[in-house]
Amino acid sequence: MFRIFESIGRYVLLMQKVFSRPEKMQIYYTRIVREMEALGLNSIGLTAIISVFIGSAVTLQMAITLESPFIPQFMIGYATREVMILEFSSTVVALILAGKVGSNIASEIGTMRITEQIDALEIMGVNSASYLILPKIVATVFFFPFLAIFSMLIGIGGGYGIAVITGIMNPMEYIDGLKYCFYTSEIWYALTKMVFFAFFITSISAYCGYYAKGNSLEVGRASTQAVVVSSIVIMICNLVLTQLLRT
Amino acid sequence: MIKAVNIIKSFDGRTVLNDVSVEFGTGQCNLIIGRSGSGKTVLLKSLVGLHDVDEGAIYYDDICYSTLDFRARKAIRKDVGMIFQGGALLDASTVAENVKLPLDLFTDQSEEEKMERVNYCLHRVNLDHAHNLYPSELSGGMVKRAAIARAIVMNPRYLFCDEPNSGLDPQTSIVIDNLIHDITKEYNITTIINTHDMNSVMEIGEKIVFIYEGNKWWEGSNQDILHSDNQELNDFVFASAMAKRAKGNIVK
Ligand SMILES: Nc1ncnc2c1ncn2[C@@H]1O[C@H](COP(=O)(O)OP(=O)(O)O)[C@@H](O)[C@H]1O
Ligand SMILES: [Mg+2]
Repeated sequence: MFRIFESIGRYVLLMQKVFSRPEKMQIYYTRIVREMEALGLNSIGLTAIISVFIGSAVTLQMAITLESPFIPQFMIGYATREVMILEFSSTVVALILAGKVGSNIASEIGTMRITEQIDALEIMGVNSASYLILPKIVATVFFFPFLAIFSMLIGIGGGYGIAVITGIMNPMEYIDGLKYCFYTSEIWYALTKMVFFAFFITSISAYCGYYAKGNSLEVGRASTQAVVVSSIVIMICNLVLTQLLRT
Repeated sequence: MIKAVNIIKSFDGRTVLNDVSVEFGTGQCNLIIGRSGSGKTVLLKSLVGLHDVDEGAIYYDDICYSTLDFRARKAIRKDVGMIFQGGALLDASTVAENVKLPLDLFTDQSEEEKMERVNYCLHRVNLDHAHNLYPSELSGGMVKRAAIARAIVMNPRYLFCDEPNSGLDPQTSIVIDNLIHDITKEYNITTIINTHDMNSVMEIGEKIVFIYEGNKWWEGSNQDILHSDNQELNDFVFASAMAKRAKGNIVK
């Protein structure tokens, strides 16, 4: 139990170091662009694949479960939209990104730690925490919400596709359902969640890597730990934000 | 000049450096020798401030380094170059980007001025054609040379080298040793080198400090080292078969 508090303390101190004044803005700018490519653009494919499959699976499930003369068909489109926007495109996508991006960040920074690259930066007088971690946080906090929007569109499109292909429901009714009771606030809610998730995934994974020590085994452990801890934090954060933002 | 006064460093209750006091002169190659695990790296990292010492003080010329805060240390670090055991080049950057990084971060030079300096440093270490290679594409000796180029790009007054020729063949080792020696003389740098290579000791060691199980066991010049009557030092110096044979000849 004491270990948890100690870790939280070290995490807070690291974040203080990360958010202290940058050495030179120009350098950070280039690094942010690089990280957006590495952490954001490179996740588009994965996001698209899982979103299209989940979107169509949800539609299919709804169509089978809600097959009743008392429930109008457009409810299927409505339900798919709600699932995708409210939970899937932010929370589930975040969990998947925690696996991909989180382990990537932890193993990259962990390897830099054990091969003394971080020491080398420190010797130059560079604030290594800020130099390595800040661009990643900025890049993901900025880019992940776009991934969420992308996932919503692809997922809902997948639902439409399955309706057309299988003919399990009338695609026009699906479209009607998508428009039913639609509030843009739901999208803002999802994007806000994603901003928090992006911050936690990146900062927690960076923390795990930054304090890795020893050898490649430890780096492997750090990257596993990064995924586990950020997934748990995402779930807790999801509950807290839902309570705060939706009620 | 760099001076350590009674420094003690321990990890989790295990003492690794036990009351070490030592002085390293300007414009010369100071060598720290000792067996693997004796505490050489910890000593070097304590001197350079990567480890905080538990007790004792470290002086850079007349500045007491160990009591400085982060900001003041940063000012001194501009004068410090370090070559790590594995090179520690940034994997994601090319050789030229690695060497240029300190200039990018801490100077206001134009791109041409920076590139001129980078070219000069890479030329100095004989890496004229490696600008656009990544660290994973370099041989062991090239990694060390690129690390030297990066360490000297800011014109350091203090140079730290952790086993600069470990993992290199004897000929390449000599090239690296000579390079460090020449740079030290050329710019009048205070250079401190960790090594367990007796060849380096005899070739470039002007002051030699022998660390034994975390203690400073012996110090002197490479002239004295062959004639010491210190048992542990002799065991270390004459460990190899060739050295034993050579010693037999001296005694005869
Ligand atoms: N960060 C650390 N944490 C705990 N123990 C360490 C650490 N760094 C070094 N040591 C211990 O200090 C001793 C000396 O190590 P080191 O200075 O690396 O030896 P060498 O002379 O081979 O460079 C070793 O026993 C090592 O286990
Ligand atoms: Mg060592």
